[in-house]
Amino acid sequence: MSQDRPDSADRPPLVTPRRALAGICIVIPFVALLWVNSYARTTPEFIGIPFFYWYQMAWVPVSAALTYTAYLLVRAEERAQRAAREGGAAR
Amino acid sequence: MKNGVNGVALGVCIAFFLAVTVLGFMAARWRRAENALHLDEWGLGGRSFGTWVTWFLLGGDLYTAYTFVAVPAAVYGAGASGFFALPYTILAYPLVFLFLPRLWSVSRKHGYVTSSDFIRGRFGSKSLSVAVALTGIVATMPYIALQLVGIQAVLNVMGIGNSGNWFAKDLPLFIAFGVLAAYTYSSGLRAPALIAFVKDALIYIVIIVAIIYIPYKLGGFHDIFHSAKTAYAVQNPVTKQPRGSLVSGPKAQWAYATLAMGSAMALFLYPHSVTAVLSSKSRNVVRRNTTILPLYSLMLGLLAMLGFMAIADGVGKGIKGYNAQLAIPQLFENMFPSWFAGVAFAAVGIGALVPAAIMSIAAANLFTRNIYKDLIKPDATPEQETRVSKLVSLVVKVGALVFVLAMDKTVAINFQLLGGIWILQTVPAIVGGLFTRWFHRWALLAGWAAGMAYGTWKAYDQSSATQSHFGGNSDVIPGIGEKGYIGLTAFVLNIAIVLVLSVVLNALRAPAGVDETAREDYVLDTEDPAPLPGTSPKPGEPGVPPGLPEPAGA
Repeated sequence: MSQDRPDSADRPPLVTPRRALAGICIVIPFVALLWVNSYARTTPEFIGIPFFYWYQMAWVPVSAALTYTAYLLVRAEERAQRAAREGGAAR
Repeated sequence: MKNGVNGVALGVCIAFFLAVTVLGFMAARWRRAENALHLDEWGLGGRSFGTWVTWFLLGGDLYTAYTFVAVPAAVYGAGASGFFALPYTILAYPLVFLFLPRLWSVSRKHGYVTSSDFIRGRFGSKSLSVAVALTGIVATMPYIALQLVGIQAVLNVMGIGNSGNWFAKDLPLFIAFGVLAAYTYSSGLRAPALIAFVKDALIYIVIIVAIIYIPYKLGGFHDIFHSAKTAYAVQNPVTKQPRGSLVSGPKAQWAYATLAMGSAMALFLYPHSVTAVLSSKSRNVVRRNTTILPLYSLMLGLLAMLGFMAIADGVGKGIKGYNAQLAIPQLFENMFPSWFAGVAFAAVGIGALVPAAIMSIAAANLFTRNIYKDLIKPDATPEQETRVSKLVSLVVKVGALVFVLAMDKTVAINFQLLGGIWILQTVPAIVGGLFTRWFHRWALLAGWAAGMAYGTWKAYDQSSATQSHFGGNSDVIPGIGEKGYIGLTAFVLNIAIVLVLSVVLNALRAPAGVDETAREDYVLDTEDPAPLPGTSPKPGEPGVPPGLPEPAGA
């Protein structure tokens, strides 16, 4: 399905500010968690739990919140594009 | 270890098991559809599950009994390196947020039941789809077997299964699996979906109680981590290495990160994950689940902490060659009153049944759709497909049972390790295919074969203090010189071959196969109020079952 179709000029752009922002939300947890050296230490402790463990646990809610933000952004983008398409079709 | 049977715990366990059995058979009538003989009904629960059912189903599916036993056991055994399971399950969700909605949409549009169905439709290549299907089946079988290992650990601690008589020893396992096979056969995916509610409720209760009550009894987290640190510093007399460490040392960090990343990439390509995802009723159900499933990751993190508590409690101390798999059930037995230990054991046991059911359904669907229908009987009707799938789900379970009983447990564990490496090799075809058709089907096949071969060879090559082969999942990464996850190295090799060969084959204009999917199929949504291009939605009927897949090339 690679050949250009007549409607391809009307297709909304692939990269939009909302999508870019959603992408950043998705990337942040990867940078934070795959950079193991940034958290490979025992202090500061939290109620006796070494930093290494509570820090990674703290990323669970943070990462979930970031994914949720990405979801809201992508959904808003889809709704806006659909509205634009319908507006265009009504013309 | 105490001898004799813990009667109260056993009684509680049996009560829960009976309740779950009743649920499993009742599930056949839950949300029953008119056309119960279509594979969509038995194998995908009618593609009708909403956000919460999907959440329980996926949670029950991905966080298995083996996870509950093995993750804290790894932490118990070596400390920080076992904790990679947490970043792994954190990163899986943002990752799948990117591609799972597309897989859901295209599968809904074309009636795909498995990921191999998608491969066949996208690339018009039966050899590629069969390769992906076989990878899935072979990776899933040992995983089912490991669920039995989880049940065995619990039975063992309860005092059953220590007798010399092999029949009395394995009888509970036979009964549990026989009953499981029966209700999976009659109710399909609805059975684990319903039982998952019980399983997850039990698990959450047990974890919350454990994480508050056990540290209280052991004198707080400070003392727990102190005794863990002391225990990890002890040198192994054979390898002259310390047992483990509380924090990943500089040399272990590559392995930690690559294991987390590789496992996160593989998690949602396992057939049982795909089955659960495709059973949801809309694209946004999938997306919402990527934001609420991390609650299970939090639970997994807390669960991993139990490994330290088992050390602090002195579980297995002084016993030579202590089976770390028993550490957590033993901790429950030592800490909790008998009746609550029974609840905890029931949680693990039922935690084995749910994923085992879904995995056997997923493997059966793969066989039926991509081997039976594609290769043996192309004109099979939906009724025939369902019948074959039901039978294969039985065969798969018997196979897993034989696997565990006839072979050493380590064989199943080795294969599960290999399974992760293998599943990762299907990423270029499945995830790549969701975004682009630029990858050539022959290049994908070659890359897959190279990744499989390299990963298997390297995994076989690893030795440890106790095993001369399959001793670990990390090896030196060529060109970097640090130890990293073999699966991810194999994946990089795989993708490099795919890229190079795609350039060559596309330049030579090698036949690319027929693509039956269209661009807009990947963003289709049944929740959409407005009609989408290329679809004919029926307003007011969200979740209408899709028609049969359109014939390729039509």
